[in-house]
Amino acid sequence: MNEPRFRRDGAWVGASVPRREDPRLLAGRGRFVDDIALPAMLHAQFVRSTVAHGRIVAVDLDDVRTVPGVVAAFSAADLRLGDITALLDRPPHEFVATSMPVLAHDKVRFVGEPMAIVIARDPYAAEDGVEAAVVEYEDLEPVVTDTAALADDAPLVHAEAQRNTLVDVSLFATEGIDDVFADAPCVVRVQTKTGRQNALPLETRGVVAHWDDRDEQLLVQTNTQIPHQVRTVLASCAGLAEKQVRVIVPDMGGGFGQKCVVGREEIAAAAAALRLRRPVKWIEDRRDALTAAFLAREQRYDVRAAFDADGRILGLDADVVCDMGAYSCYPFTAGIEPLMASAEMPSVYKVPAYRVRGRAVTTNKAPTGPYRGVSRPQYVMVMERLMERAARELGMDPVEIRRRNVITVFPYTGVNRITYDPGSYRESLDLCERVLRDEGWYDVRDSDRVIGIGYSCFSERTGYGSGAFAQRKMQVVPGFDISEIRMDVSGTVSVTTGTMSHGQSHETTMAQIVADRLGLDIAQVKIVQGDTDRITYGFGSFASRSITIGGSAVAAASEKLGDQLREIAAHLLEVDVDSTELDGAGGIRLRDDPARRLSFAELADVAYLRAHLLPKGVGPGLSATASFDVAGDGTFSNATHGVVVELDPGTGGVEILRYVCVEDCGVAINPQVVEGQCRGGIAQGIAGALFEQVTYDAAGQPLAPSLMEYKVPTASEIPDIAIHHLETPCAFTANGAKGAGEGGTIGAPAAVLNAVNDALRDTGVELDDTPIAREAVHRALNSALEGTGV
Amino acid sequence: MSEIQLVELTVNGERRDLAIEPRRTLVDVLRHDLGLTGTHVGCEHGICGACTVLVDGAPVRACLVFAAQVEDADIRTVESLAAPDGSLSDLQQEFSAHHGLQCGFCTPGFLMLAQGFLAERPDATKEEIREVVASNLCRCTGYQTIVEAVDACAARRRSA
Ligand code: FES
Ligand code: FES
Repeated sequence: MNEPRFRRDGAWVGASVPRREDPRLLAGRGRFVDDIALPAMLHAQFVRSTVAHGRIVAVDLDDVRTVPGVVAAFSAADLRLGDITALLDRPPHEFVATSMPVLAHDKVRFVGEPMAIVIARDPYAAEDGVEAAVVEYEDLEPVVTDTAALADDAPLVHAEAQRNTLVDVSLFATEGIDDVFADAPCVVRVQTKTGRQNALPLETRGVVAHWDDRDEQLLVQTNTQIPHQVRTVLASCAGLAEKQVRVIVPDMGGGFGQKCVVGREEIAAAAAALRLRRPVKWIEDRRDALTAAFLAREQRYDVRAAFDADGRILGLDADVVCDMGAYSCYPFTAGIEPLMASAEMPSVYKVPAYRVRGRAVTTNKAPTGPYRGVSRPQYVMVMERLMERAARELGMDPVEIRRRNVITVFPYTGVNRITYDPGSYRESLDLCERVLRDEGWYDVRDSDRVIGIGYSCFSERTGYGSGAFAQRKMQVVPGFDISEIRMDVSGTVSVTTGTMSHGQSHETTMAQIVADRLGLDIAQVKIVQGDTDRITYGFGSFASRSITIGGSAVAAASEKLGDQLREIAAHLLEVDVDSTELDGAGGIRLRDDPARRLSFAELADVAYLRAHLLPKGVGPGLSATASFDVAGDGTFSNATHGVVVELDPGTGGVEILRYVCVEDCGVAINPQVVEGQCRGGIAQGIAGALFEQVTYDAAGQPLAPSLMEYKVPTASEIPDIAIHHLETPCAFTANGAKGAGEGGTIGAPAAVLNAVNDALRDTGVELDDTPIAREAVHRALNSALEGTGV
Repeated sequence: MSEIQLVELTVNGERRDLAIEPRRTLVDVLRHDLGLTGTHVGCEHGICGACTVLVDGAPVRACLVFAAQVEDADIRTVESLAAPDGSLSDLQQEFSAHHGLQCGFCTPGFLMLAQGFLAERPDATKEEIREVVASNLCRCTGYQTIVEAVDACAARRRSA
């Protein structure tokens, strides 16, 4: 499995081509944002709130300005920037718009909220400057939990949001659902709470901005997943035209969604550069990243499911509350988690009746945004717990009950009005179980050790086209991607993509797609991403959309260029266009007489240097633009994860003995890259199941401000992961691919939690919350020991 | 303001003279004063290992050391691994072959960690390698392919 595989069947797609990104990154020649240094560059740090909730009485920066090395300090009043406001096109009872000021002015709403920016000649002096700031607050009572936020007399985080509710939607309510529950032979309930998490890209956020006099542009180099949306917000906050802002993204050290929203610090630093007419750099330190960056995942579910006596699910009734923290993120809004959960909770199962209420509440904690998987790790966990609980209740095998419920006939339109494209839900489940049986884990489970086996089955929408996002009613509707391909005089091509790699290998995988479509070596293909001046428009990378949507646009543009090349070749060879074809080796040949061919270099030579030879009506140059959007409701990757855990009765510790993932992301462009995405995702899912949690005290002070307290798993905690591929080509994309970025993170928490509960099967205790607390496992095991008199 | 101090460092075999504040960390000096930006900063508090460099052959977290403390030492950074013509070392090649990197941000730290460790323990078992790999954080790969890359490099060196 680890031997690199090359050019299967002469095609680039499907081959584990070594990454083109690797040589520079391995040699230390990557260019990350903090590697950028400009002449006369200054450095920024932020004065941040030390209280969770307070009225700002005064921000006094006089002493800051006298600190040696400090060049300037600006409060909100000094910079006077517009606010960042994310909108949903929903009525006021469903959505309350709130704005996030770039720098807090009247109120602070969480510890770590930026109130002023200090600019100095080096970061050390900037930090000295921050320490000299004097801020006077009038303390307000903080709201720290979602339940406190919803209380009748709760203090309001935003005056406009009554009961601290930003989003309250009831998207589905099947008629007669109460009768379904009243008549059902088996009703099970799962109440669960999942911990707040930090996506924690290893590279923190950062920006280098300066005003370029020649281009009359604010040039902003920043590590964002969404360069065009940053341009839009920056232009509007700073009162510039879009053409006066250029956003360039260098190499990025991960993002996982945290860099998929517009942050306020980037805007403030860029505005300071504009004001000072000098380059300004801001690099977030880890403490700020842990306390003030966008978080995710803190959700509470109360869900009931009705089953018939054979274990078939009859109905699902769900109440979802997401603690979104202090602000609604741009462009997704505070609706990102509840809307995702509400729309997609039925997952891989045939659910005939469905009712759901989804709410986003605001609290005095760092705001939340997208994080790899968005809500799906949570609702998949709920669905998988419901399956297991019903299986126990009905005395059924937990795999068998899933088998009876998974969708097997496609296309399938669910009660949530989503049409699922074909997948291998049943096959992946069968294969995953078979692998664990064949490896003998069921025998190990029957030994004296405290061992459990758990599964999770899920599908994940990856190709969210404009149609799917339009249903969310976001004011910014992502979905399409545009690619432009240009061939140069020598016959090599550069291709733009509106997606933005932050570790997913686009320079390699996108080039593989282009190489196949044009019959070129990938060395002849250059991928251009992350530059708002060079790329028409893009929504960046999130929701596993890059290869599905971006890759399809790249393929479509390549084909258009291929047609142009054929047209010119046909003219030069004096034949009909239909008698020509790409020859797979960088040229166009005659179908019936392959020896007669023209290389791309020869054709490009005509197109640029001897344009008089071109056919009538064909202009000089070689370029094509194509866009792609997903028709229908999107594409659905699917997988089954199977986990074997052993519990330690002494400590309550959970050790993962085996992890098997059977995944189906349609055509895998580069299997090694897909496996990398799975493993990395699973590691983050395990982290959520067992380790990571952002916690606060009753006053809203963060309790995990460093990596000493926020426990990120290492190679000791993450096991080797066996990956098996199934391939159900996608019906809706140009290259048969479905997304592969998030599945690992989605499947892991449910599988681990189910395995732990399986190991606890003799204790009578079931655990439903994550991260799974050692103390809870310990207590469960030991109460059982006491109970049996051991 | 703190005073300025003259510091002489030997980095990748080259003598460098600096006038810096004593509080300046080694990683900041390497990255920002000497322009060796291959070494990265992930936490500045000694946990993530992204800043790992070799000091007299041993892996050290450059965010926890002041430049002034390592004046007499031999400091090696990731920039020293590839040959002068740019060809990658055996260790770097194995990282690529095993997909031991995705975003590549943690990679210089892991490379220097492994470089120092394998020089000390050429016969390390895979389990020992995993233990050492557990000193640093990677957020992308899930570690397995990093362990495999280091293990493959060790095997390759043993059979060479
Ligand atoms: S930056 Fe030095 S250990 Fe993290
Ligand atoms: S490859 Fe991204 S942090 Fe390791």
